[in-house]
Amino acid sequence: MSGAAYLTDYSGLAASLPGLDLPWLQGFRQQALQVFGVSGFPGNREEEWRYTNLSALNKTLFAPSASQTVDEDWLNQYRLDDASSVVLVNGQFSASLSRLQDLSGQVSVSSLKQALQDRPAWLESRLGQAVTSAEHNLVAFNNAWFADGVVIEAAANQQLAKPLQILHVVTQTDALSATRNLVVLNEQAEAEVIETFVGSVDSYFTASVNECLLGNNAGLTLYKVQLEAEKAQHFGGTYVKQGRDSRFNHHNFALGSGLARSDIHSDLDTAAECSLNGLFVASKRQHIDNHTRINHLKPHGISREFYKGVLDNKARGVFQGRVVVAEDAQRTDSEMNNRNLLLSADAEVDTKPQLEIYADDVKCSHGVTVGQLEEKSVFYLQSRGLDEEAARNILTFAFANEMVDKVENAELKALLLKELLERFPAISL
Amino acid sequence: MLSIKNLHVTINDKPILKGLTLDINPGEVHAIMGPNGAGKSTLSHVLSGKAGYTVTEGSVMYNGKDLLELAPEIRAREGVFLAFQYPVEIPGVSNIYLLKAALNAMRKHQGLPEVDAMDFLTIVKSKVKLLQMDEKFLYRAVNEGFSGGEKKRNEILQAAILEPKLCILDETDSGLDIDALRIVSEGVNSLRNAERSFLMITHYQRLLDYIKPDVVHVLADGKIVKSGGPELALELEERGYSWLEGQAA
Ligand SMILES: Nc1ncnc2c1ncn2[C@@H]1O[C@H](COP(=O)(O)OP(=O)(O)OP(=O)(O)O)[C@@H](O)[C@H]1O
Ligand SMILES: [Mg+2]
Repeated sequence: MSGAAYLTDYSGLAASLPGLDLPWLQGFRQQALQVFGVSGFPGNREEEWRYTNLSALNKTLFAPSASQTVDEDWLNQYRLDDASSVVLVNGQFSASLSRLQDLSGQVSVSSLKQALQDRPAWLESRLGQAVTSAEHNLVAFNNAWFADGVVIEAAANQQLAKPLQILHVVTQTDALSATRNLVVLNEQAEAEVIETFVGSVDSYFTASVNECLLGNNAGLTLYKVQLEAEKAQHFGGTYVKQGRDSRFNHHNFALGSGLARSDIHSDLDTAAECSLNGLFVASKRQHIDNHTRINHLKPHGISREFYKGVLDNKARGVFQGRVVVAEDAQRTDSEMNNRNLLLSADAEVDTKPQLEIYADDVKCSHGVTVGQLEEKSVFYLQSRGLDEEAARNILTFAFANEMVDKVENAELKALLLKELLERFPAISL
Repeated sequence: MLSIKNLHVTINDKPILKGLTLDINPGEVHAIMGPNGAGKSTLSHVLSGKAGYTVTEGSVMYNGKDLLELAPEIRAREGVFLAFQYPVEIPGVSNIYLLKAALNAMRKHQGLPEVDAMDFLTIVKSKVKLLQMDEKFLYRAVNEGFSGGEKKRNEILQAAILEPKLCILDETDSGLDIDALRIVSEGVNSLRNAERSFLMITHYQRLLDYIKPDVVHVLADGKIVKSGGPELALELEERGYSWLEGQAA
């Protein structure tokens, strides 16, 4: 059975997972194990996983690693200087690498392990609020296997003084990094969080789940910068509950890994705003999969979704964007757009926007394009003296850069530009 | 500088240019007029190396080189500039970026170092002023959302900065109002010198009032059917092209 080796392995590692003394958490994990045990990792027969081949997870048994070894010079190239940071090395919080000195008194950031010791009851009433094992078996897997993570809470009306960067770092071959993050912004609180995924080895498995609970009129800007190593298997799910008038802005930059799947789901209460931007860039045999779901549950919600894909060689990309407008969600205003650029005849993208509208007074639109670079544009640049390769790189860069341009954090923007220019070397900007 | 001999060109096996011969000396301004569909833009595209055209006969020599053998970007770096009849919009690439990349590509070809950032800005700003454009255009995406006239002006701005040896203007005057025509013409005139040659494709005699050509040609049905001095343009304005069709030059 898919995932059988992981189940066998679990009995040995269960004792090392945090929260052994918490019956509610033991129950939570047991229930997740049961769900996972029925069919293991999601398979291609499930509609939501049609395009995503997870067989690599069964070929190698990815296992937790206690190693905390990191080459700091290497890591520093991904660090933002003007930010607080939490560093998770092979799925475990590293106190020595994290920088948490600049937080204000009413904002708390701690490792999940620490939070389970300090305030288990608070966690009990929040963990699993935004997503459950029933979502799919990678969430169930995370529920059972998570070893550590970050818990962020901002009290009402508080703002994180600086952006908070969560660096997910893997440094051991075939390591499993299963982390669970919880972001709780109470009423009117605001935060900017940047998740960065990197690995210094080639092959490993990241399984990360974020739950974000936004109070009324709270605002969260969450960046995901996925720069995983070439053979890495990546699952990252972000599940959000948005209170009244809250704002959730997500930017998903999926540039790395052998196989990556992102879930971004948000449930919107009255007049909440949700903006999902994404850029996926894949080449060689990379597979990058993006699933978004916006649930308009109450009236007057606004959602804007814009994803761009650039696929070269034999790469494959998936965009499944679902917007659900509940019967109650009158006056919803929703736009979804996905534009894709195929740079090779063997590259492929499957794009599936889905609108499910149960309310009658709504404004919803969606659009999808799949195309190649325009030859007349390539020629125009050539006629100005740029060689064909430079012309194609510039045009591709420009296509992708539209998403980077939306990033307001200047330091992060510079980092993303550098990553893009490495992939599409244009003449210096 | 440019010597086109008996040029035959097809698009998808359909003959478009049918034995075109034309010689341009350094510093000369040649105007080409002719009815719609005669092959004027085809000539400009073939000279600048656009794909999709097959040369079935004839030759094009440019400063002693076989022009048709050169890749489009090499032609550009060697000094051939085409101001497009329909300039292309390039979203996401700013005008100033393209100008700098293009200028540096030329300089590299000539064995020169990259242009100094301050010098570059000085040059660009003086040319922007020459064409009476708003500096804001520099930071907008190339031609994106530009009006027809703004696009044409932008093409001449590029020419003014890149300083080509052979400047092909494909209906640069079409879509310009009278003020813009005067400004653009003044821009072109300021580029005229003893070495730089121009091939101006136009439908309107009015342009030639501003930019005095040395020679006027009529291109009809893929060939030059008549050549003459500036007075030929006036005659064409009066009589149209029908009296020339079927004639050979
Ligand atoms: N891709 C193509 N396939 C087939 N025929 C083409 C193609 N491009 C141009 N032609 C034809 O070639 C002929 C010459 O076109 P060209 O654009 O050179 O004319 P022109 O003299 O520039 O006309 P105008 O004054 O309208 O700009 C026309 O009959 C045109 O329809
Ligand atoms: Mg034409």
